[in-house]
Amino acid sequence: MSTRLPTGGRLIDRDTQLDFTFNGKRLRGCAGDTLASALLANDQTLLGRSFKYHRPRGLVASGAEEPNALLGLGKGSRFEPNQRATTTELFDGLTCESQNHWPSLEFDIGAVNNYASRFLPAGFYYKTFMAPRAAWKHVFEPIIRRSAGLGKAPTERDADRYEHFHTHVDVLIIGGGIAGLQAARAAAATGVSVMVVEQTAHWGGRAPVDGAEIEGQLADYWVRETVESLGKLENVRMRARTMGSGVYDHGYVLAYERVADHTPDDDRPRHRLWKIRAKQVITATGAIERPLSFAGNDIPGVMLASAVRDYVVNWGVSPGDRTVVVTNNDDAYRTAIVLKEAGLDVPAIIDARPEVSGALPEQARALGIAVHAGRGVAKVLGGKSVTAVKICAQAGEGAPVDEIPCDVIAMSGGWSPVVHLWSHCGGKLIWEAGNAHFRPNPDKAPTGHAGEVFVHAAGNANGAMTTSEVLADADAAGKAAGKAAGGKATRKAAPKAKEEPSEPMLPVWVMPQGADIKLRGKMWLDYQNDVKVSDVQLAAREGYESVEHTKRYTTLGMATDQGKLSNINGLAVLAGSLGDDIPQVGTTTFRPPYTPISMGAIAGEARAELFQPVRQTPIHTWHEAHGADWEPVGHWRRPYAFPRDGETVHDAVKREVLNTRENVGLLDASTLGKILVKGPDAGRFLDMLYTNMMSTLPVGKCRYGLMCSENGFLSDDGVVARIDEDTWLCHTTTGGADRIHAHMEDWLQCEWWDWEVYTANITEQYAQIAVVGPKARMLLEKIGGMDLGKEALPFMQWAEGELAGIPARVFRISFSGELSYEVAVPASRGLEFWIKLMMAGEEFGVMPYGTEALHIMRAEKGFIMIGDETDGTVIPQDLGLNWAISKKKDDYLGKRAQERSHMTDPDRWKLVGLETLDGSVIPDGAYAVGEGENANGQRNTIGRVTSTYFSPTLGKGIAMGLVHNGPDRTGEVIEFPTLKGGSIRARIVDPVFYDKDGEKQNV
Amino acid sequence: MSEAVSALSGASYDGIVRVADAGLQGMIQLRGNLGKAAVKNAVTGVTGVDFPAARQANVNGERGILWMSPDELLVLVPYAEATQAVETITMALKKEHHLAADVSDARVMFSLEGEGLREVLAKLTPADMSRAGLPVGEMRRTRLAQVAAGVWLESETSARVIAFRSVAHYVMGLLTHSAQPGSEVGHF
Repeated sequence: MSTRLPTGGRLIDRDTQLDFTFNGKRLRGCAGDTLASALLANDQTLLGRSFKYHRPRGLVASGAEEPNALLGLGKGSRFEPNQRATTTELFDGLTCESQNHWPSLEFDIGAVNNYASRFLPAGFYYKTFMAPRAAWKHVFEPIIRRSAGLGKAPTERDADRYEHFHTHVDVLIIGGGIAGLQAARAAAATGVSVMVVEQTAHWGGRAPVDGAEIEGQLADYWVRETVESLGKLENVRMRARTMGSGVYDHGYVLAYERVADHTPDDDRPRHRLWKIRAKQVITATGAIERPLSFAGNDIPGVMLASAVRDYVVNWGVSPGDRTVVVTNNDDAYRTAIVLKEAGLDVPAIIDARPEVSGALPEQARALGIAVHAGRGVAKVLGGKSVTAVKICAQAGEGAPVDEIPCDVIAMSGGWSPVVHLWSHCGGKLIWEAGNAHFRPNPDKAPTGHAGEVFVHAAGNANGAMTTSEVLADADAAGKAAGKAAGGKATRKAAPKAKEEPSEPMLPVWVMPQGADIKLRGKMWLDYQNDVKVSDVQLAAREGYESVEHTKRYTTLGMATDQGKLSNINGLAVLAGSLGDDIPQVGTTTFRPPYTPISMGAIAGEARAELFQPVRQTPIHTWHEAHGADWEPVGHWRRPYAFPRDGETVHDAVKREVLNTRENVGLLDASTLGKILVKGPDAGRFLDMLYTNMMSTLPVGKCRYGLMCSENGFLSDDGVVARIDEDTWLCHTTTGGADRIHAHMEDWLQCEWWDWEVYTANITEQYAQIAVVGPKARMLLEKIGGMDLGKEALPFMQWAEGELAGIPARVFRISFSGELSYEVAVPASRGLEFWIKLMMAGEEFGVMPYGTEALHIMRAEKGFIMIGDETDGTVIPQDLGLNWAISKKKDDYLGKRAQERSHMTDPDRWKLVGLETLDGSVIPDGAYAVGEGENANGQRNTIGRVTSTYFSPTLGKGIAMGLVHNGPDRTGEVIEFPTLKGGSIRARIVDPVFYDKDGEKQNV
Repeated sequence: MSEAVSALSGASYDGIVRVADAGLQGMIQLRGNLGKAAVKNAVTGVTGVDFPAARQANVNGERGILWMSPDELLVLVPYAEATQAVETITMALKKEHHLAADVSDARVMFSLEGEGLREVLAKLTPADMSRAGLPVGEMRRTRLAQVAAGVWLESETSARVIAFRSVAHYVMGLLTHSAQPGSEVGHF
């Protein structure tokens, strides 16, 4: 059984006891425990079920590489699935539950999959769910969805808050082990700014556990001294609980800080996502031990040798009473020695190497541990926990020669450098045969925009194996990065460490090497996704040669641990099956994040009301207080209509239209773009931008204009006012303001850089209110201050003055067909002006109207709307706007494009009005059908609706649409099939339905 | 009601720094050839501060000149004087190609007061907010989360933020979120 040892545990505080629960069971741990060590201390070795076969799963590792111990953590608004017990710090009151089982962890019905495993081979999904087609939707998908996924999704809104943090640094070091710390020291000595991030709560990595001695001191001591001295340096920043998540182009690095995971409810943000710009990056990310592939290596109790050692040394927890060590290298002997020294039983060390003679093995032998050289594991015995191990000759086929009772098996297949962050930005790897691992290729490092190296690997992550190699390597990396970041080289030597002699390891990918299919079918590569040696071999037999394809076919390395344990073993097995060398097969692609990061951290502050900026006009609060039904327009919120008590939105729209046509309406038009264009060449510039002439517009007058892209397509429209001799004010659509301003600057800066023109986007400087309707003039005259009579301010002119004591610029323009004034006042007095109009307008029946009434009134007048009548494929000529295209000008943007053959094609669909025969409203976007069918057997189409409304003024459905030969077919009736079946018949008419001669707007 | 009102009517929040709507501020966008003496004289004349070097913010109370780009300045004057100042500048630059526009109402200005202001801002802007990255008195045009903003520090414990008026509530929300007690980073 696993238990807390009476002494030891360098990271725990035995005096501070913490209560927590697992599946409702009350348990107790110590401050400094991880959830994993605390569970183990309570003899909780069964922690979950595997994904496919629902096999019992216990701890394998002690850190970020753990594939099995994934738990549902917390409750309610703090529940989160798939939390790794090994990287979860214990806190008082923690609750967690195991996942992927039913009805209970101990008895799981899904485990029948285990017995059916020969019917669930590699590529099972691909082979099984191909046919019949209908079965996918109704049978397979629902079943797979129910059984897929490990954890449950949270059901409540996240109670925590999250944030981002941006910083710039010269040298960023990822990993706070001895390599990271020494690299920091070396880089800092060059005088550059340095930041070190460490994913755990502790500095020093695993050197203290492995018994390293540096400069004559135990590693723990050296780490403490170094952290302290680094902490005193002005140019060094250190941050624990912060994982380097991804390395991107231009030295951009994401790091994930778990600020308050271990102190919930203390008012701190839970996670902080660091967005770091580093000139140089050092990955000192250590190495991960590899499992060995032997039959039954997934039974709870089979663990990595280094993890067994970690639990004993770091947390004073013994994973079991009797541990058999299985290895192919010297390092695992450290585990045997640690266990023995802790008073635990190590009945045997099974070493695959035929001869074992290194210093560590000798030390183990001296402690009385039996070392079985040339041996392997034939089979692990046990169900939910290990009971014994059968050993055999590694060179043979698995005939057992002995059986050793034990409750833990500590395995070591060698060490793989963590090359993930090195690889994210294109760093290449080389195969190091001596250690049977991939390590960073220093000749093919990630490079920046100028071809300069910007990532260096250091220490174990770079393939350095002994403490002195690690320190020397890290020191060199720190110096190189410091120098590359602009620091001054120093000559201080790397610290010395006690020598750690070791004998070569022996690559072992299958144990025993001649194992038959029965054994290979019990050798797990990927614990979480249930991928076995036999699955990869089957994939190879079925023709999968690429490691990337094999990964997807077998799901090897596709679980939440992303193959940290299974990757190398899997591709070695694939290489063996293909008869290739491992470097020829290569690795799959390493992608960020290194370990999963929370969605909350990615979102940062962008949730709820901060999810997206909502632009508000100066009158927004009034609209809100008066029940506006909102419509998003770009990032703006505009009132769609102002429904009154008991009124539907549709009723409100109808009322607003009729009232505006009969009395007077107010529209908040503040969102319209307003761009000032000024300079000696401004007229010439606007003549190029608009299709019509703007240079000839007299001061004091307004002109409607169209803007096209250089491909001739209609891009924006609006009214231009000539302010003075060299100043024009261009109104754009609401959504077009920023885009058109950028368009202007683009042409000015890139093409006509020698023209003397300046532009300024002054959209938000003004609250602009349209006062519309037959009583508009009466209302404005009542509040007083300017002569707005027919003679003083005729249609399509503007005037400046004061209205109701507020500075105002009044444009006599109309988008509704009514007598209309658009009044621009300073934004900070916009609300005041609006309220004054509302109060003064009471006797005239003033009402606010929203965007839908605006749309209807413009449609009744046959005015086009950018985005309705245009969609990026429509030219002004399609819309009958030839009158707004100057024939006199040599050039304007879009002119030549509009002369292309397809643009002048008489078969282009053209704008017409549509009047339904039965008065109903044609559905938005409906197509008109013609005779015959196209090549796909579909009805031919001859036109489509672009705007369609119920017109309250006319009491019937009106529409505009683009129709083949439309204007020539006036009077014809065409047919629009509807989605519900049947069709609506409409007559082609003039698009101007209301006041064709424009008498109303010109009074 | 007959007074001009700022977008947030003086709202404020006390967290790890104090965030407040700084009220109405006269702002004039000036585009022109910044190398010309006439341009320099026009803006120093209305503000009484020295002409700024590239990327600098020379501000004295409600008057100042912010360098925005090689051909653009933001001129600060008391709100009530903005209209007059635009006319003064326009008159002074009659013979120079330029554009001067009153943008006082198009913007909102925030003040940030307190030790942690660099960190509060660093949560929202990708610009380098360290002492070396943005010294006191330097202007930075950048973004705060999803919207454009301009930032400068008057001292280590006092900063100004300018944003567009329509997103004043959003920016207030951002700064409030980032300044909540418990959000100290301890990095700069």
